[in-house]
Amino acid sequence: MADITVHEPVADGHDHADHTTAGHDGHDAAHGAHYTSTGLSNNKMAMWLFLGSECLLFGGLISTYMLYRGRHPADLGPDQIFDIPFTSVSSFVLLMSSLTMVLAVSAAAQKDDRRTNLWLTITALLGATFVGGQVYEFTVMYREGLGFTSSLFSSSFYTLTGFHGVHVTVGIIMLMALVGINKRSRVPGDKAEVVEIVGLYWHFVDVVWIIIFTLVYLIPS
Amino acid sequence: MAIIERPSTTAPVPAVTGAGAPAVVTPSQAYGAFRRPVATSGWRSWVFTVDHKKLGIMYGVVAMFFFLVGGLEALLIRAQLAGPEGTVLSAGLYNEMFTMHGTTMVFLFVMPMAAAFANYLVPLQIGARDVAFPRMNAFGFWCFLAGGLFLNTSWFLGGAADGGWFMYQPNANALFSPTNGIDFWGLGLQITGIASLTGALNLIVTILNMRAPGMTLMKMPIFTWMILVVQFLLVFAIPVITVALFLLMFQREFGATFFDVSAGADPLLWQHLFWIFGHPEVYILVLPGFGIVSEVLPVFSRKPLFGYRFVVFSGAAIGFVGWGVWAHHMFASGLGPVSVAVFSVATMLIAIPTGVKIVNWTLTMWGGKIWFSTAMLFSIGLVVQFTIGGLSGVTHAVAPSDTQQTDTYYIVAHFHYTIFGGAVLGLFAGFYYWWPKMFGKMLSERIGKWNFWFMIIGMSVTFGPMHIIGLQGQPRRMMNWTEARAGEGFFNLGFWNRVASFGSAILAIGVALFLFNVWQTHKKSSKTPKAPLDPWDARSLEWITASPPKEHNFDSIPTVHALDEFFHRKYEVDHDSGAVRKVATAEEILAAEEAKADQHIHLPSPSYWPIILAIGLPIMAYGVIYYRLLIIVGAAIVLLAMFGWALEPSVADDTDYDPPAEDGGSNKELATIG
Repeated sequence: MADITVHEPVADGHDHADHTTAGHDGHDAAHGAHYTSTGLSNNKMAMWLFLGSECLLFGGLISTYMLYRGRHPADLGPDQIFDIPFTSVSSFVLLMSSLTMVLAVSAAAQKDDRRTNLWLTITALLGATFVGGQVYEFTVMYREGLGFTSSLFSSSFYTLTGFHGVHVTVGIIMLMALVGINKRSRVPGDKAEVVEIVGLYWHFVDVVWIIIFTLVYLIPS
Repeated sequence: MAIIERPSTTAPVPAVTGAGAPAVVTPSQAYGAFRRPVATSGWRSWVFTVDHKKLGIMYGVVAMFFFLVGGLEALLIRAQLAGPEGTVLSAGLYNEMFTMHGTTMVFLFVMPMAAAFANYLVPLQIGARDVAFPRMNAFGFWCFLAGGLFLNTSWFLGGAADGGWFMYQPNANALFSPTNGIDFWGLGLQITGIASLTGALNLIVTILNMRAPGMTLMKMPIFTWMILVVQFLLVFAIPVITVALFLLMFQREFGATFFDVSAGADPLLWQHLFWIFGHPEVYILVLPGFGIVSEVLPVFSRKPLFGYRFVVFSGAAIGFVGWGVWAHHMFASGLGPVSVAVFSVATMLIAIPTGVKIVNWTLTMWGGKIWFSTAMLFSIGLVVQFTIGGLSGVTHAVAPSDTQQTDTYYIVAHFHYTIFGGAVLGLFAGFYYWWPKMFGKMLSERIGKWNFWFMIIGMSVTFGPMHIIGLQGQPRRMMNWTEARAGEGFFNLGFWNRVASFGSAILAIGVALFLFNVWQTHKKSSKTPKAPLDPWDARSLEWITASPPKEHNFDSIPTVHALDEFFHRKYEVDHDSGAVRKVATAEEILAAEEAKADQHIHLPSPSYWPIILAIGLPIMAYGVIYYRLLIIVGAAIVLLAMFGWALEPSVADDTDYDPPAEDGGSNKELATIG
């Protein structure tokens, strides 16, 4: 949370008008003008905290996988199952979606709703391509005999990558909902901070994938 | 609810509001799918509320209900062990009883009761009008209620969980526990976990972002500080148990083998995940109690808290070191000498910040003019009993000694002295101290003292003998003991088991006295006198406002100049003599705040969505256990509620409260309250 700037309010002569709205969740986030003790908006701080919490969720799942990655029958392990070139391509697609997300945030900051929606849609499409790739990958593995309950390796592999896939899917829903909300909004750049917050989530999910891809696919067992 | 219009000298509000009475205007336009709920009285005003004070009271009532449920379970356990070869419970039912006793007390009483205090008091203590995310706050409460009820329906659906509150593997596999009890346990805790996580995010943002002008972190009341530390622990501990519970669910419901030794799994994985959550969890339980007594002791010693900064930083230090000691729960599992040594030393280290707090509390009382009110008695009780629990804790830190004590009643004695002595006594101190603030009525001090003495003697007589029983080797979780193996003389197990069971009855009377006290205070609400505005000569910001506080908490947001702001507004130090003299009464301070009341206070509006969203979750959970299609039904409700929630602004627009009428006059829907 490097961008918390500590802003100590002046003890006297503070403008009370800023304080009269008690709730900030949602509709007034974009204005960003509301007084907070740290200067960071409530919504953004909550997202950072949530992502901190998510680190431990994935930490637990990754630890489980690392413990069990070697526990499988000799002919159905990572070496036989993984198609590294294919997954590298879908990983690349997901990483590119972070770039388009940055472009969306930048467009939103410039109050250009049309370009924001364009980049958000492209980000969602790239994310959907990744999820589609994961579904295809799972299907191929299942056909080759690797079911969810086949071995400790398969259970922990499907659990870890499945949880990540669900996170990407939730991100896609958020992106598409954001496009819908943006289209209804009459004030350009109204939702700039929401775009930024969804962006934080999206980048986090990408970073988690970099770790998973390295640990699960690239490091030989 | 809605908006609060306040008559002022310059712009008088229309006459319908009555003289001086604040008016609540309710929105008239539709948002999302439904019109907003607008009731300001009756059950609707509670079920759809987003007011942190109402939610705090609801948390408290439900947690107290579960306290009684968990207490009943404890009494049945003690009844079973009161004599040799007990026949009160069957072996299976006994297993369910101690599992659900632990689970209920930890997850459904102490945590939500701390949440009750946090919800009610944190905004008041930092000078805010509500929490940062009011609807999420309501959602947290409904999740807690849904999860708690879901968990307890297992009693009527084939049997409750029976694997101990830590649910060790592989004992919790379907092979050894064929009923659905453990599935209910896992899914129920998953739902209450959502409550804890959303509550934690909400309170952290509230505390960091919504402090009154002038309130720096080091001018924050100590209770708020401890709650802040607890919420950080929750944010990072809850996801770990979430992972463990998901693995458990996949294992029991979907055929995975994460903890099945015959499939080559490592059951220690469960222990690690559980205790990485479970050890921070014990600090989650006691730190709110520490915060409460750190407020109470200075008030009734008539001195500031000794070493405020030390108490703050030792609280934070407990929060940090608490992450590095989890394996001391696993010394008997064969971790290897290096791990055992590391965790042993770390565990001894954590005694330091805890000891610092004990010293600070003692020195707060030292030389003070002590007023032995009920709240003070409970606080002193905490300091004494928790110290005993802490000392037996140090004997666990020594790994060789711990290996002897593992799975005996000595452990039971230890954690009841820390959790009952540390958390529950603190919560009771909080009841007596803040009751006049929350309800405007004093609990009877006379019954309160009986309540205290019954509880403190009851707890000592119940849990004290367990040290002896444990050192004599009686195992935990064993459904009976026999006279033949009870031992001789002073260390006869049978005698001390009878004493402990007798003590549990005294403890139960103590709790009943509390309930009687509440009933006595509120039975004829109009006849019992109103509590004074400042009955204890208190120090912190929540006492600056009315009791009970108005819906918007503060007429004007106070500007903070000092730690113990309220005290410094009441008293001044005479520079010549060094004497402290009173310069203002609480009534005068309140009147001064009311005189500069803010206009147009917008409070977050009530909403249907939090409760609808929370109802979807147990439906999904029943679906996992019984009929998978139900998952889709539950998920549909959740998704619908999420979109409804997202489309509904948390605070309605200004025009909605006061739409311009045709004739340019004021809104016809002005309604009065109060």
